[in-house]
Amino acid sequence: MSRYFIDRASRYVVFIFGVLALLILAAIAIFILKDSLPAFREIGISDIIFGTKWYPSHGAFGILTMLAGSVLVTLLALLMAVPLALGCAIFLAEVAPPRIRQLTRPAVELLVGIPSVVYGLVGMIVLCPLIANLSGTGSGSSVLVAAIVLAIMILPTVTSISEDSMRAIPNQYREGALALGATRWQTIHHVILPAARNGIMASIVLGTGRAIGETMAVIMVIGNSPIFPTNIFAPARTLTGNIAVEIMSATGIHQSALFATGVVLFILIMLINSLALIAYRKKT
Amino acid sequence: MQDAFRNKWPLLLLTGFILIALTSACGPASTCITAGGSTTVQPLAEKWAEKFEAKSTDVDVIVQGGGSSAAVKGVAQGIFDIGTASRELKSSETSQWPDLVTYHVALDAIAIVVHPSNTTANLSLKELRDIFATGSNATWTVLNREEGSGTRDNFEEKVMGNTEVSLNSEFLPAAGAIKQKVANTTSAISYISLGYVDASVKALTIDGTACTKDNCRNGSYPISRYLNFITKGEPGGLVKTFIDFCLSSEGQKLVEEEGYISVK
Repeated sequence: MSRYFIDRASRYVVFIFGVLALLILAAIAIFILKDSLPAFREIGISDIIFGTKWYPSHGAFGILTMLAGSVLVTLLALLMAVPLALGCAIFLAEVAPPRIRQLTRPAVELLVGIPSVVYGLVGMIVLCPLIANLSGTGSGSSVLVAAIVLAIMILPTVTSISEDSMRAIPNQYREGALALGATRWQTIHHVILPAARNGIMASIVLGTGRAIGETMAVIMVIGNSPIFPTNIFAPARTLTGNIAVEIMSATGIHQSALFATGVVLFILIMLINSLALIAYRKKT
Repeated sequence: MQDAFRNKWPLLLLTGFILIALTSACGPASTCITAGGSTTVQPLAEKWAEKFEAKSTDVDVIVQGGGSSAAVKGVAQGIFDIGTASRELKSSETSQWPDLVTYHVALDAIAIVVHPSNTTANLSLKELRDIFATGSNATWTVLNREEGSGTRDNFEEKVMGNTEVSLNSEFLPAAGAIKQKVANTTSAISYISLGYVDASVKALTIDGTACTKDNCRNGSYPISRYLNFITKGEPGGLVKTFIDFCLSSEGQKLVEEEGYISVK
């Protein structure tokens, strides 16, 4: 076997793997679309997307409340996670002495490795009763607990990617700023953060994707009520939760409507990613 | 190339074992029964499976959850030998799959449960219906099972009638999750199978009738239902032997031990 042959062969193998990834994505999209068609045809696209009542056994298949639930929970989680994660990233990249960084970074990354059902369990056993005591009524299953759990879950994603993008900034930037008499904070605020902007945006988008797609931890703490949440102490239902809670016992048009929920989720995530891509291109 | 594989043979061997294990778990030799569906029937079916396996060699009974509707669909499509359902077949199901056969294997009551510290001891059916139609408020935190659950279907049929349960309530996809939540929430009210009731929750009397086995057998407790095995056509061979075992006096003794009510 000549080296030339191996080189050629490996090129094709890698090419096939690349195409395979695309094919899998296409297959998933087609499968979800195909199974959702009966629902879209029989119920109607607008009745599904803009309908506010979900009661499958009585023929109501509106998912607007869950769209609102997903968006609200994700925004709230970002609101909590992003400042914390950015602060953590700045500390790790710019401030922390090497020894502390060696301890802190693996600890943050370890958070990724914890299964989401464990986050859900902690939320259910610890946070829910706490929130129930604070708000005085209910079981504590709420948008707030879901957002807190999600915030902790996306913290490591946002932190480590932001940190990496700050570390990638050449040292001349820092030296230049410091040589001009800027303080450390001025350097971070006016030089490092703007230069790392793309990476930070990317980390936030990835965090958003994880938050909106997370299922198990959320259904354990949000109560899964298909209603518009009136405040953060109220229960709600997310798009992913709708699918997970009911798919096992759904048949017929009900099942198809759950696949339609999946289609809406799919489009929502594609929209977020394209927005990020556009924002990313503009800045560079 | 040879060198690359020399150190990997244990890995290859392991992969092979896993493949063999996967394919032989329920092979065509049919020494194995797959049953699945209702999470209410699951603990009971697992007990039956355990005893049945102990009596005969080389028999495997695999029990899965998934809900009553999944059971019906699964058995109709040949995924399960036995579908376990905590409700009767719906007319839509019998018309779609006319060859499904139902066996009543146990009787079960749906207990209305609240937190042990709750001072409420009795509710009328109408009060119960009103609570679930109103949904969560300052007094009650209402917990429901998800759409498609056999327990939910029975509850809606026997308690709600044509009234809808309020969507302003929590929805959880398993009996265990409901019990856990009720045990941790002082204002909670929900419904679970009698077999799941223990000291962590309090079962209410309905119109003065306690949720007990005797009251279900004599029909005075209003919310009871049969637990069913569903097969595709009349079963034969091992599946029939297993169902006969479940219906035998030994099998029905296990029903009582698990907190459900025997049908024989």
